[in-house]
Amino acid sequence: MDPTDAELIAAVLAGDAARFEPLVVKYQPRVFATARRYARRESEVEDIVQEVFLKAFQKLATFRGDAPFEHWLMRLAVRTCYDFLRSHQRNREHAFTDLSPPEQDWLAQFGAAPDGADDRADAARQLVARVLEQLSAPARLVITLLEIEERSVKEIAELTGWSVPLVKVRAFRARAEMRKILAKIAKDQYL
Amino acid sequence: MFDMNLSDLQTKLLRAARQAPPRDTVPYAFEKRIMHRLASAAPENPWAAWGSSLWRGALACMAVTILCAVWSYSGSRPAPVASTDFSQDLQSVVFASMGQPSEDAW
Repeated sequence: MDPTDAELIAAVLAGDAARFEPLVVKYQPRVFATARRYARRESEVEDIVQEVFLKAFQKLATFRGDAPFEHWLMRLAVRTCYDFLRSHQRNREHAFTDLSPPEQDWLAQFGAAPDGADDRADAARQLVARVLEQLSAPARLVITLLEIEERSVKEIAELTGWSVPLVKVRAFRARAEMRKILAKIAKDQYL
Repeated sequence: MFDMNLSDLQTKLLRAARQAPPRDTVPYAFEKRIMHRLASAAPENPWAAWGSSLWRGALACMAVTILCAVWSYSGSRPAPVASTDFSQDLQSVVFASMGQPSEDAW
């Protein structure tokens, strides 16, 4: 029978660092999926995941065991991704004139007949990825957690360490920021 | 064409993002890379830790010293003496010139 998370953590804390490996193996797919929501390049994703597990190892003594280890690890992952977004703020400035032809076509189709534009099309996914990249770090985090992962405000507050009112305020601002970016895209395309 | 409904566009794009969850694939032997990083992390040098804590202590002491110096300087400075008798002040100002020796006196 496989050892439980609590047994593995106790062994690591007792000095057997090798027992950390099964925890990494078990949770790395979830951490990779989380990191891929915020970083596009695979090298950046790997750096984020590595940092999450190194931090988890260093801070393991602070894990009290009140909640599942996975929740504690995901909090660490979300906060590491937020740090990554904040440190890459400068790279957000792109012109929208470089929309790919399929993205332009999708947008034109939406402009002509909103119901006709297929939201499962690759172009729509590329376009939303482009828009998310333009958002500020807090806006991107809150849009991803609230609108894309469909988490509750309370869950987001626990994951990010923000208060519930702050999450609501940031969600409101993030939606406005996203609409502003969409307005700019529409303007660039048609004027 | 420009009066595009941005709310609808936002809703549609967010729906598109929801329908495309990111991959959870892991590069081959990634856990080995993590374990190697953990193993190769330099063990903490006790002398370095001692040195850094000494520096932190020295900075804190210096801050306390500066605060004490500022406090003692501002506390010991005599308060400006306010004159209580306006008539005497006026008299001394008015008759000040009479106390000065005249330039054309022999």
